[in-house]
Amino acid sequence: MIETERHEYDVVVIGAGGAGLRAAIAARERGLRTAIVCKSLFGKAHTVMAEGGCAAAMGNVNENDSWQVHFRDTMRGGKFLNSWRMAELHAKEAPDRVWELETWGALFDRTPDGRISQRHFGGHTYPRLAHVGDRTGLEIIRTMQQRIVALQQADHAETGEYESRLRVFAECTVTELLTDDDGAMAGAFGYWRESGRFIEFSAPAVVLATGGIGKSFQVTSNSWEYTGDGHALALRAGANLIDMEFVQFHPTGMVWPPSVKGILVTEGVRGDGGVLKNSDGERFMFGYVPDVFKGQYAQTEDEADRWYTDQENNRRTPDLLPRDEVARAINTEVKEGRGSPHGGVYLDIASRMKPEEIKRRLPSMYHQFKELADVDITAEPMEVGPTCHYVMGGIDVDPDTGQSRVPGLFATGECAGGMHGSNRLGGNSLSDLLVFGRRAGLGAADYVAAAGRRPTARTGAVDTAAATTLAPFGPPERGTGENPYTLHAELQRRMNDLVGIIRTEAEMAEALEHLGELRRRVRDVVVEGHRQYNPGWHLALDLRNMLMVGEAVASSALTRTESRGGHTRSDHPGLDPEWRHRALLTTCVRDGGQEHGDVPRIAVERTERAPMRDDLLALFDLTELEKYYTAAELAAHPGARPQGGST
Amino acid sequence: MTYTARLRVWRGDTGGGALTDYEVEVNEGEVVLDILHRLQATQTPDLAVRWNCKAGKCGSCSAEINGRPRLLCMTRMSVFEPGETLTVTPMRTFPVIRDLVADVSFNYAKAREIPSFTPPPDLGPGEYRMKQADVGRSQEFRKCIECYLCQNTCHVVRDHEENKPAFAGPRYLMRVAELEMHPLDIADRVADVQDEHGLGLCNITKCCTDVCPEGIKITDNALIPMKERVADQRYDPLVWLGRTITRRRDRPARG
Ligand SMILES: Cc1cc2nc3c(=O)[nH]c(=O)nc-3n(C[C@H](O)[C@H](O)[C@H](O)COP(=O)(O)OP(=O)(O)OC[C@H]3O[C@@H](n4cnc5c(N)ncnc54)[C@H](O)[C@@H]3O)c2cc1C
Ligand code: SF4
Ligand code: SF4
Ligand code: FES
Repeated sequence: MIETERHEYDVVVIGAGGAGLRAAIAARERGLRTAIVCKSLFGKAHTVMAEGGCAAAMGNVNENDSWQVHFRDTMRGGKFLNSWRMAELHAKEAPDRVWELETWGALFDRTPDGRISQRHFGGHTYPRLAHVGDRTGLEIIRTMQQRIVALQQADHAETGEYESRLRVFAECTVTELLTDDDGAMAGAFGYWRESGRFIEFSAPAVVLATGGIGKSFQVTSNSWEYTGDGHALALRAGANLIDMEFVQFHPTGMVWPPSVKGILVTEGVRGDGGVLKNSDGERFMFGYVPDVFKGQYAQTEDEADRWYTDQENNRRTPDLLPRDEVARAINTEVKEGRGSPHGGVYLDIASRMKPEEIKRRLPSMYHQFKELADVDITAEPMEVGPTCHYVMGGIDVDPDTGQSRVPGLFATGECAGGMHGSNRLGGNSLSDLLVFGRRAGLGAADYVAAAGRRPTARTGAVDTAAATTLAPFGPPERGTGENPYTLHAELQRRMNDLVGIIRTEAEMAEALEHLGELRRRVRDVVVEGHRQYNPGWHLALDLRNMLMVGEAVASSALTRTESRGGHTRSDHPGLDPEWRHRALLTTCVRDGGQEHGDVPRIAVERTERAPMRDDLLALFDLTELEKYYTAAELAAHPGARPQGGST
Repeated sequence: MTYTARLRVWRGDTGGGALTDYEVEVNEGEVVLDILHRLQATQTPDLAVRWNCKAGKCGSCSAEINGRPRLLCMTRMSVFEPGETLTVTPMRTFPVIRDLVADVSFNYAKAREIPSFTPPPDLGPGEYRMKQADVGRSQEFRKCIECYLCQNTCHVVRDHEENKPAFAGPRYLMRVAELEMHPLDIADRVADVQDEHGLGLCNITKCCTDVCPEGIKITDNALIPMKERVADQRYDPLVWLGRTITRRRDRPARG
């Protein structure tokens, strides 16, 4: 029996990004004792990196905006694969969630009449993103961090203790979820990064808000935290993942110098007027408007430029097509030899805006290029290329409450799936965190109120979790003694090369073979030193999660024989309506014949998506839907009936 | 342009430690954090260093390079001579946990002592109207990434453990200023800032401003204006009396 510190809570939120903090606030406001657990310091979660803004149809800049337009944009961006219920809730509730932040002290940029200003972003019909320069994520994290402090101050006034109802366990990593004999949630197990000591949370409800998976890829905008922990924890606890083949490659990451390759260049650069050019100086995006978006984008540079000032009479620039389209276009330009010296394309704002204006609107981009690449973006173009950015796939949850298939296990934010379909629109993540973070917190609170009992973790579960965690200190005697850093680098390279933007059946199969090999080697991983703040050990444990998630992505990508959004198969280049209504679920294989301590295997199965509610379907023109849907699915559309009403 | 750099890194924990010498490869465009990561990957896998975004946005990777407080991820190797030995040590003002990782809990404790944003009771969500010109100042302070480099640098607490209980540090004195300058906040924090949060200990040396990676003018734009407000309030008995009365009425619980 290894010594483990124990805590009892009503709700344990794993993750302190936008989604986790919003969930914790909701649960605490319902009066529940809530713990927040996170790998980094409080206030440093990955959400701080979000730049461009938070999408919400407030209509402050263009009053024609409405939840219906936002809903339509979101579904189009996701190529109609989204959970329509989530897209609906998101579009309807996002404005309230943004306004609420103001009551907690957020200071967004303003319109001339004093309301929250909104900026253009790819795929959004109207200027819709609430923002603070290009540091919107920081504002959102800080506001919620300060809201949590305010709640703690209130608790202090009432009970004499800041942490009597809401406590943050920072630099604490959860390695396993605990379930009771009936498979319901019972808590979580993890370790303090600082000391390596173990910690067990006993709680009837757990909310996963662990973010994404980008650290499985070599070129990524994501930080070290993004090892897919929540995805893997949920799988091992019995929940399903959905849509794991859909990974977003952001079109504009830095490409040079090598050490910063992948760091994000916000879409706000294009939203504010920056344009993409190839080595011939050509604005190539005009040649890449796909059929499904024909007629919605400007066809000439003149029209595109006029659009920035007059959106009523002009169509938007194709530089602002959804991200999947732009990323593929850049990929093609580079492949066909029209790239920049370091293998990207040019993003030019210098020739289109005054230096002071650039510095005011895009201060962090100015700073980032100046400091890290010696490039002055007010004087020369940036070099950019695609970078792994976001995972659309995630834990399969009930749209209204965020509950997974496992009773008491909730998920929200980037680690939850469904909301964004096959491709997320920029700005729709920050709003997703707020809308569904709150809903998951409330869902957990309702669940705890209804459950009325404290489940007990299965006997031996904690000891098993502890033993797995310690395994890298005592690897098998005849093992090969693998270095976690080497294994990680290899995993990243394989995922990048074989499961990247453009995929083929042969590459997926090869990827799965390499992942299988890595799975064997990870058994022999060995770490030096002791348990106190030991990054080698932390990485060794994270590898288990990255492997499970990598397999989920590669297997799902192998199964889906079409191209859509964040999944492009060069051997199946078209959009296939028969695949639109199908979803791929990833499950954990319990009796895969693996030995104790091995990384569990996963399996991918097909399922059908719930058909969209009629009133929502009627928000679209039949001609548009026909590009995505089978004829049979559209029988109920008002336009399909001879007497059909208007939309 | 690859070369081998000489690095002296502080290794140790609460029980003590020492500078350890390393030689590591450096490639074009790399920052100090890249070099430490290479050390981890090739020579000393258990070297503790805190980081997250590697883009100067999260404020996790604060440490001291040749004695100067800096972000490891935003310090390019090219600012040093290839022959120069770099000394990397943890932030000095906070207790060390291990190697380059410091215990920054002091800052979280101070954050809780500042009364939070207090909105006007009659304004509902969606009804807030503020001019850009009026939010600009507080927005500057909200650029803070909480790297605590200013806290680490300020001589009031650097090497002066005894001042810590009574001094919030530049970051949190600036937080007070941010809320005071928020166009809609209705609480009054001026009365407490001088003594309870220790503004009186600041003698406007501007060392905090010098190290701020966000380039926030902490001293000029936050601390000095707060000192002026304190002076106004303290020496105008009418203002003082008026504020005391409103405060009592507004916040009976806190008194
Ligand atoms: C550079 C960049 C810019 C972006 N810009 C935008 C934008 O402008 N607009 C937009 O809408 N979206 C943007 N995004 C996307 C958006 O920021 C993310 O999708 C979103 O912040 C994810 O939030 P989250 O709450 O789900 O998770 P995160 O903020 O990533 O938080 C995850 C949390 O989980 C914790 N955690 C993870 N694993 C464990 C574990 N095992 N144990 C304990 N804790 C754990 C972490 O420590 C962290 O606290 C951007 C993303 C990047 C990378
Ligand atoms: S200006 Fe004040 S707060 Fe800043 S370093 Fe000097 S004494 Fe400290
Ligand atoms: S004010 Fe500047 S130096 Fe101080 S914590 Fe904030 S960002 Fe860091
Ligand atoms: S790692 Fe985020 S600021 Fe350096």
